[in-house]
Amino acid sequence: MKREINFTLNGDPVSIEVRPNEKLLDVLRDHLGVKSPKHGCGRGECGACSVLLNGKSIRSCITLAVEVDGQEIVTLEGLEKNGLTDLQKSFLKHNAFQCGFCAPGFTISATELLNNNPHPDENEIREAISGNLCRCTGYKNIVGAILDVAKKK
Amino acid sequence: MKKLKYVGKNAVRIDGLAKITGAAEYTDDIEFGPKLLFVGVLESPYAHALIKNIDTSEAEKVPGVRAVISGKDFPEKFGLYLKDNSIFPIDRVRYVGEQVAAVIATTQEIADNAVKLIKVDYEPLPVLQSPLDAIKPDAVLIHPDLGSYEVVPWLYPQPGTNIAHVRKIRKGNVDKAFKEADFVLEDWYHVPHVVHAPLETHISVSLFTLDGRLTMWNSTQSPHTQRNIIAHSLKIPHKDVRVIASFVGGGFGGKAGINMEVIGAVAAMKVPGHPVKVRWTRKQEFENTSQRQELYAHIKMGVKKDGTITALEHKLYWDVGASAEYGSNVVNATGFSATGPYRIPNVSIDSYAIYTNRPPCGAYRGFGYSEFHFGLESHIDRMAKMLKMDPVEFRKKNAISRKDKVAYGVEMNPTGIQECIDKVAEAIEWGKEDKSPDPNKIRAKGFASAWKAPAMPPNESSAAFIKFSEDGSINILVSGMELGQGFMTAMAKIAAEELSLPLEKIRVELPDTDRNPYEWQTVASHVTWSCGNAVRRAAIDARNQILETVSRAYHIDKSNLYLEDGQVKSYTDSEFKLPFENFVINGIEMPDGTYRGGPIMGKGMFMPEFSSAKVNPETGQGGHPNVHYTTGAGAVEIEIDKETGRIKVLKAAEAFDAGKAINPDLVKDQIVGGFVQGLGTALWEEVKFDKNGRILNPNFTDYKIPTALDVPPVMIPIIVEVPQPDGPFGARGIAEHTMIPVMPAVANAVENALGVRIKSVPLTPEKILNALKEKEEK
Repeated sequence: MKREINFTLNGDPVSIEVRPNEKLLDVLRDHLGVKSPKHGCGRGECGACSVLLNGKSIRSCITLAVEVDGQEIVTLEGLEKNGLTDLQKSFLKHNAFQCGFCAPGFTISATELLNNNPHPDENEIREAISGNLCRCTGYKNIVGAILDVAKKK
Repeated sequence: MKKLKYVGKNAVRIDGLAKITGAAEYTDDIEFGPKLLFVGVLESPYAHALIKNIDTSEAEKVPGVRAVISGKDFPEKFGLYLKDNSIFPIDRVRYVGEQVAAVIATTQEIADNAVKLIKVDYEPLPVLQSPLDAIKPDAVLIHPDLGSYEVVPWLYPQPGTNIAHVRKIRKGNVDKAFKEADFVLEDWYHVPHVVHAPLETHISVSLFTLDGRLTMWNSTQSPHTQRNIIAHSLKIPHKDVRVIASFVGGGFGGKAGINMEVIGAVAAMKVPGHPVKVRWTRKQEFENTSQRQELYAHIKMGVKKDGTITALEHKLYWDVGASAEYGSNVVNATGFSATGPYRIPNVSIDSYAIYTNRPPCGAYRGFGYSEFHFGLESHIDRMAKMLKMDPVEFRKKNAISRKDKVAYGVEMNPTGIQECIDKVAEAIEWGKEDKSPDPNKIRAKGFASAWKAPAMPPNESSAAFIKFSEDGSINILVSGMELGQGFMTAMAKIAAEELSLPLEKIRVELPDTDRNPYEWQTVASHVTWSCGNAVRRAAIDARNQILETVSRAYHIDKSNLYLEDGQVKSYTDSEFKLPFENFVINGIEMPDGTYRGGPIMGKGMFMPEFSSAKVNPETGQGGHPNVHYTTGAGAVEIEIDKETGRIKVLKAAEAFDAGKAINPDLVKDQIVGGFVQGLGTALWEEVKFDKNGRILNPNFTDYKIPTALDVPPVMIPIIVEVPQPDGPFGARGIAEHTMIPVMPAVANAVENALGVRIKSVPLTPEKILNALKEKEEK
């Protein structure tokens, strides 16, 4: 049994019919063509599927699509709508990512952090991104890139 | 040598923008339209059982199910080195999670639900979970047909046993050397199974059309090898199999060769005209891809009082799991190299690939070298202690050098191992004591050396095309894979250097076996070297075509022409400047209105023509199985909490001899990333099985990989450059090597801190506390 939900996706109104057991991640990727959140674990453990729900980072792989009815969702596509953000520029400059699969999720978590705390120290940064797994980088350049933005703000 | 403009200089990685904007397309991001079908897989609940019957009739009746397939439909075997793997097993299952049948349906949900309706009658068999049990003469056979499998000529399966391969090295006389040694120490070491844990799980989309064409979109390190295996096993002409590779969300060896992709290929053949998607869950990624081999190693080493190592007997018992199609070569490669980076006159190595009822094992960053270095480098520290010699000095004294021969009789390549050891010792402040302000915490340092050679067939090869466009920019077509290691940027820089073309004018394309030239696989830390040589030759070929065209049109001798910043210039006429865009496609107009030249297309290839796998099976002597070794060292400073047993790494340093770092920044990033992956295996990571062979921790809650909170605050990556004579600009690979020193360096630091030797990883708080308790009781 499908149900219509209405929400804001990256600033635009969206109206879509979903099944009650459909995950937000699958609706975003398979029905709305928003591909930056990735499937990593399906259990909310790796952070690759992170999106912002009313400004707060959530795991879209364990969020039911019906839960976002009437809410506001922002993905990486929304953050860069008006060009690269300072955070993205810093990630680029620092060669922050290697395989890149986890990059959208880290960008969401780091954006949430900097929105709430524009000048985090290194420990606060590590804490904020500790729910996002990266197997390639050892996190050094990711932390360095966020720290750079935090210092400049 | 000419001053380098691009090679050796830092730059933003050329795939960086795609990755930080989400523009980078991974296989699951591709849209396949409404005809897309999905595959659900029935997995074996038994680690070892005979299949008596498979009844798929109920599953076939489910609305939305298009087909159900099993071993009776596709009985073919496949494999990279030893064809012991089944697309679907026919008569028996060999591990929990093995694919027994598959349902193709219109949605994933329908496919997964229909899978539950397949009935299979099993007759359970005894389960073997340890290579030490499986090697016993009376052990149940996991592959009774081992003698009938196709195999490359340099692997030696032992039919009638569970031994898939044994690599032996014999050099000098170990028995005599042990008798004459001043100190001899022997012991066992253990390294358990771990998993690659790439963030992107395996995924494959296949489309078979009635014109006989099979197209696959795979997340893979090995597009051409996959095409070769698929074409060969399913008897489809190579030209009709096309593998397209998107960006890969982490490989680490796990996406080398082929595994679940074969299910997608045969599923697609059952439903022509429909793309078919197989995407592994995280649980399937643990259970049914490949794991790192478990190793039980027995080491016996003899030394003289002056600190000279005189003899090594190294027996390696590898659990390769239920298939050795790829893992047999891990066992082979480490057999040749299990001396580590040392000059040892008397050597005996036996490296056994042993089947068990655990998931198949295969390539994993380091290709077995991390595992045997754990024992060897632990042993080296213990020998130094017996000698009352500093372990760093002991390593330096015995480290292999250019003039030495490796255990199989081939001369060592140029190596910067002494410099690596010195620089790491300096960075970690070896010898300087550091005390924790907390009396419950003890600090200490640990050291390890490392080496590794690419493990490859002797005739592996790489090829490259360089295509110019109207504006003088180029597309480099190769089939090496960007896994995150910086391959694309390295290839771009090599071409940039030979063509004097800025990086902004260069794209490196992802593999497509129809369009891009051949590459064996992106494995073995060899593509910078091998594909780099091919790209360099392609660039030189393009440069020659450019000079030829300009020379013919302007009647200037080629030797007077050179390339600079995307222009052709002349040594004899400083006014002469011809931008590439003026002629690289459309040629050069002559006074009579005719044109000279045409599209510039460079091609290059590389195969190491000196390599040979033909050796004496009893001694390992007589061939040239490895092309070269990359050497290095690593060290850590740790702090142990005596109350909790927890280890914290405060500082790490690693140095590797890259020959020539094409991208110094990205080499350092490999060192840091590899160190942290190694740290996971040293402290936390272990796949746990129950007594029936089922994995207990197939998720990231129970199998912990390092987070941003777990990594050392200080990590010092160091590049050493002793050029590799046959490498592009002197380069050799370093990416896997960075993991190798970590497990033994941490174990050595633990002994230096507590006076206890722990001979198995991971070094859990439980092991630390037990070791402390045992020490107190003594």
